[in-house]
Amino acid sequence: MVQIKRTQQDGIDIIRPEGEIDASSSIELDLTIAKSIGEGFTRILVDCSALDYISSAGLGVFMSYIEEMRDKKIRMVLFGMHNKVANTFDILGLNRLLTITATKEEALRALNG
Amino acid sequence: MKHSYKVGCSIQNLRGIREFIRNALRSYGLSEMHISELVLAVDEMSSNLMIHAHQCNPDDLFELTVEVKDNRIIFELIDKKNVFDINAFSEPTLNELISEKRKGGLGIRLVKSIMDSVEYHNRNGQNVCRLIKKFSKH
Repeated sequence: MVQIKRTQQDGIDIIRPEGEIDASSSIELDLTIAKSIGEGFTRILVDCSALDYISSAGLGVFMSYIEEMRDKKIRMVLFGMHNKVANTFDILGLNRLLTITATKEEALRALNG
Repeated sequence: MKHSYKVGCSIQNLRGIREFIRNALRSYGLSEMHISELVLAVDEMSSNLMIHAHQCNPDDLFELTVEVKDNRIIFELIDKKNVFDINAFSEPTLNELISEKRKGGLGIRLVKSIMDSVEYHNRNGQNVCRLIKKFSKH
């Protein structure tokens, strides 16, 4: 079960998944990112501080947008991951393909830099 | 002690599977990080079986067991009819996943990275997928 909250701050779309993303709930994340892109946001933050679990279905969603974001010059930064969630990204080396930071401040710098 | 759980092939049941694995592994002195990796691997195998071998039919049941012995943690997914053999699936590269915008395929890589071995057996007419992880206390 995941609940996804969206807020906007200074033209940045902030997506905050709360709970667990697995094969049954990854669609929620997918729809939220699609909506953000569809609404024209070019700077997206994903606040992972309330994300307790992610399986490959959720990782696959992030991966599937890499090319589209590159083409449309959209920047996305993930931040605030718990150790266990960060480890799941690390096992596959996705930390090298996505921009991931520890804090929101670092994420904002990465987004605007 | 062997822990056992029977579950229908609805992906809504993955949460219950994760809870079962967490509880079963709690008393063996494993680190939280170690447990979370094993929970992830079993979640991936279970969702693959549910989706690809049972088309998420909630009336199809399979059994999941956990046993810790001889310094090994052994998970078994026991299925009467079907089998999802990850060794039969090609493992996409990360670049292929990006360029094809595929949302699947990462689970197989995760399972192979986390587990020491993935074996398939036929036992009493049932298909058994056995995941083995060498056990060491941290």
